[in-house]
Amino acid sequence: MHPSLETSVDTNSSKRRRGAKAGAGGGINTLLIGIALLYLSMLLFVPLVAIFVKAFEKGFGVYWAAITESDALSAVRLTLFVTAIVVPLNTLFGIAAAWAVTKFHFRGKQVLVSLVELPFSVSPVIAGLIFVLLFSPGGVLGPWFVEHGLNIIFSVPGIIIATIFVTLPFVARELIPVLEARGGSEEEAAVSLGANGWQMFWRVTLPNMKWGLLYGIILCSARSIGEFGAVSVVSGRIRGLTNTMPLHVEILYNEYQFSAAFAVASLMSILAVITLIMKSFMEWKTEQRANREVH
Amino acid sequence: MKKNRSHVLPGFGLSLGFAIFYLSLIVLIPLSMVFIETAQLGWDEWFRIVTSERVIHSYKISFGTSLAAAGINAVFGLIVAWVLVRCTFPGKRLLDALIDLPFALPTAVAGITLTTLYSENGWIGQFFAPLNIKIAFTPLGITVALIFIGLPFVVRMVQPVLQNLDKEVEEAAESLGASRFQTFRKVIFPELLPALLSGFSLAFARGLGEYGSVVFIAGNMPMKTEIAPLLIMTKLEQFDYAGATAIASVMLVISFVCLILINLFQIWCRKDRLAKG
Repeated sequence: MHPSLETSVDTNSSKRRRGAKAGAGGGINTLLIGIALLYLSMLLFVPLVAIFVKAFEKGFGVYWAAITESDALSAVRLTLFVTAIVVPLNTLFGIAAAWAVTKFHFRGKQVLVSLVELPFSVSPVIAGLIFVLLFSPGGVLGPWFVEHGLNIIFSVPGIIIATIFVTLPFVARELIPVLEARGGSEEEAAVSLGANGWQMFWRVTLPNMKWGLLYGIILCSARSIGEFGAVSVVSGRIRGLTNTMPLHVEILYNEYQFSAAFAVASLMSILAVITLIMKSFMEWKTEQRANREVH
Repeated sequence: MKKNRSHVLPGFGLSLGFAIFYLSLIVLIPLSMVFIETAQLGWDEWFRIVTSERVIHSYKISFGTSLAAAGINAVFGLIVAWVLVRCTFPGKRLLDALIDLPFALPTAVAGITLTTLYSENGWIGQFFAPLNIKIAFTPLGITVALIFIGLPFVVRMVQPVLQNLDKEVEEAAESLGASRFQTFRKVIFPELLPALLSGFSLAFARGLGEYGSVVFIAGNMPMKTEIAPLLIMTKLEQFDYAGATAIASVMLVISFVCLILINLFQIWCRKDRLAKG
């Protein structure tokens, strides 16, 4: 589903050849560069800069007050708490799914791969809705939970489960191409030399997939910190209790506290920028490796 | 040889079992709820809800804006991909990294930022205001948000294809006397078309379901700027679960059909390519 999440491998030699030719492009290419720059500045560059400018518009004092105010702090705490539960679970799932799909052959494998990506094509609002249908007092499982004094909807467990749904594909999606490219021969060698399953995993599989795994975890974290639609459905938006960072931004914005809204938004944007840097770094690594294999 | 492998490596049962268990618990069972609830609703009631005027309008707005945004992204995404692969200019690496911003930035943050920039007195909106073009709080604003959200899809689908394109074919075309435009139209463009169409459909599918970045800029007026996901949200807030579920069932079916079409199209393209050698 998300094409950008795969790092593109290209041999450098062919790239260089093209780079040399591009100079001959002349007028049309200059025009196209102009159009592309204008398009990307209006949609990406200016908005990214604007977040930080708007956040500091009323001075550092207002910024600091906005992010250290108690409702903001509890929103940060809840968001981090949710992420700390969601990311390890989805990482475990991602490793298991990628291992099963890439190292073994079985019927229905393609179906499993498609199912892993299913949450990407479901609207976040619908992702929230399905858990309301399941767990609300009038829902299918709701009465049972209410009887046992457990609130899922409009409380923290609902936020967690909706976030798990939305971020489920990220780690698996990153690992499947990495493990597929490696094949199984290194693991087979380890096992035939007498390693047990854990030794094989820790010493062979994990080192081989560490960058893909790390990037998958970062994407999963970024999305679970920033998830808005699904969380907005299942959270009761109770300040200090079930308010995550994106919901807090929404509340501040709707109360016309624009500087405060952008201050909290800027915190999340820093994470987005780190994600982008990480991705560029990974691509650079892959390019280097491809380079080494060519020479 | 592959059969052998599954006997040597450990963990098949454990990993597959856990993956299927987790998927069923988190994705399959909850998603099936939409269809179970819809079935309980009864055909007549379901039909009445999804054909009511406000719902039809929300579908039209969602479809229209997603289609427009995906179309604009197809054109400009192609230009951006071309520039990133074929041209050299300072800051190119930075620009390339920036393309993924819509995937990494929380949708609510994108929503409030675009609204602020594209409103009448915003940094960008002020240039359109004298032309009597209002962007924020109109369908145009929804389109801008969806262009932002769908921007990476076309670029990232076309970019690798363009990178791996065999330069010799182009050179042959040129040496046989084709103009630059002819070379592009007859040699390069047909190669890019499958990737372009996949990117377009992915951006379209994403746009249909998008909520966070749109709610702020849309203005959310029923019949005018109310998108389908927002209407689901409104129904939920009124505890009208049946209404919300009926609208969701139509959206889900549409996105599944999109997904299946994209997959079939990609399989078809791969086969076509294999057949050509």
